[in-house]
Amino acid sequence: MITVENLTKRYPNKTAIDGVSFQVEKGEILGFLGPNGAGKTTTMRIITGYMPASEGTVRLDGFDVFEKPLEVRRRIGYLPENPPLYLEMSVTGYLRFVSKIKGVPKDKIAAEVNRVMERVNITDVKDRIIAKLSKGYKQRVGLAQALLNDPPVLILDEPTIGLDPKQIQQIRELIKDLAGNHTVVLSTHILPEVEQTCHRVIIIDRGKIVAVDTPQNLRFQLQGAERVFMEIQGPASEIASQLKKTPGVVDVRTLESTDGRHRFQIEGELKKEIRSDLARIVVQNGWGLYELQAATMSLEDIFLKLTTAEEDRE
Amino acid sequence: MRNILAIVERELRAYFTSPIAYVILTIFVFLSGLFFRSILTQVLQMGLMSQIQAQQLGPRPMDMPGMITRGFLSTMSVILLFIMPMLTMGLFSEEKKRGTIELLLTSPLTDLEVVLGKFFAGAAFFLILLFTLWIPTGVLYLYSSPASGPILTAYLGLLLYGLALVAIGVFISTLTENQIIAAVLSFGTIMVLWLIDVLANNTESATSKAVLSYLSILSHLDDFMKGVLATSHIIFYLSLMVVSLFLTYRSIDSLRWRG
Repeated sequence: MITVENLTKRYPNKTAIDGVSFQVEKGEILGFLGPNGAGKTTTMRIITGYMPASEGTVRLDGFDVFEKPLEVRRRIGYLPENPPLYLEMSVTGYLRFVSKIKGVPKDKIAAEVNRVMERVNITDVKDRIIAKLSKGYKQRVGLAQALLNDPPVLILDEPTIGLDPKQIQQIRELIKDLAGNHTVVLSTHILPEVEQTCHRVIIIDRGKIVAVDTPQNLRFQLQGAERVFMEIQGPASEIASQLKKTPGVVDVRTLESTDGRHRFQIEGELKKEIRSDLARIVVQNGWGLYELQAATMSLEDIFLKLTTAEEDRE
Repeated sequence: MRNILAIVERELRAYFTSPIAYVILTIFVFLSGLFFRSILTQVLQMGLMSQIQAQQLGPRPMDMPGMITRGFLSTMSVILLFIMPMLTMGLFSEEKKRGTIELLLTSPLTDLEVVLGKFFAGAAFFLILLFTLWIPTGVLYLYSSPASGPILTAYLGLLLYGLALVAIGVFISTLTENQIIAAVLSFGTIMVLWLIDVLANNTESATSKAVLSYLSILSHLDDFMKGVLATSHIIFYLSLMVVSLFLTYRSIDSLRWRG
């Protein structure tokens, strides 16, 4: 549905995205994950045709964004990072206006506005002035706007920001519901969101794609990087320094100590088995080993790992 | 066309849901009444004077309604210099500030439709202002029988002049996110185009004098006010308008590149 090739956006003093390529299949939910300033918004803005790329192409349903902008925009519902709301308008008035500029046929506008309001649960505030609404409602009005005219592709920049947990759950359900008939690209820096809603994740950092995979695979792939918890009786600082010397160990952190027993958190290198070596060292030194436990890393840790690894390389 | 109308309608609604439309209308109508009254008094005095002279030198014809309209509409053209920037200041700057520009520029609208929608919205409000000037003018029709031709010509001049001011204001509003800055910049630009006349008087070279006085935005209005319909003046205002709208269009394009 969407093909992005070698997308680059340069500003006079900064490269926002650098050679980004990926594809989104029809009916898929793709999550864009990355820290602030990673290039998520820039990528989305280029896909929606808001800004042109310095290099590279975006094709949506076979149409090039730069050459056929109107064809592309007709097929996209876009929720920018800040919902684009005219604060002085009523919710219905606003949605009617957006329907018009999106080309909803005149006799279908009222029904279409009602449909999206029900979809995102804002019918109760339909006559209120947008400026007077809470942040959660504003966000949902923005989402309603993106759904108008039922576009096959939805680009949602941080769709659940500013919502309370219950609303977040509702919006996530809604997004999952939309998949199948719709292709959804959403960005977020909240990891559980990606794990819950997305079929595929692109992790982006400093304008480059760091990883692309399903949330399950990403986690699996990085389970090779072990995190081990150990509880050992003995001299704390001596133990820590010995553990750190073990080949394959990246980091050792001392957690808490009770009755002369110390808990350590040990990070291993990617795909390296370190548990048996650690156990041997403890035994060789004659310390008491009370516990040795491997922890699986959550996507959150993976995300941090991937993006900080990038930092180390520089 | 439907897209343009949607933008115009939204913009007019926005004018009238905020106090700005009412403030501008009130001030404009109040000032027009004030100036109409003082010009009326002046022309009446001149009429009395010429009656006294007529007793000695014989009668001379005097177009009093014409003089009143001329004086009145010329004054209002200056008032418009001050009012128009307030009308156009928010057209694009507010969209930029609120981020709604992102909605317009990612909707299936061409940039030209966006620019024209904004321009026509400002133009529509200006037409309302222009229409209120018929209240005092109507009074003339009640109490005298003025020649309509010159009056309509004067109004046509004012219309073209106002549309050019709207187009300039729309362009400047794309340059900033701040309404006040947009208003001050538009005001400054219009003032320069107005006072360029004075500059022309001080220059030595005949060519630059001709060029500078040609650029003066108010001098082209004089002939209209006298009831003279000259193509060159019409072309001046229309080209000022088209150039400003073209610049607006380019400015939106550059906005996209800069993000």
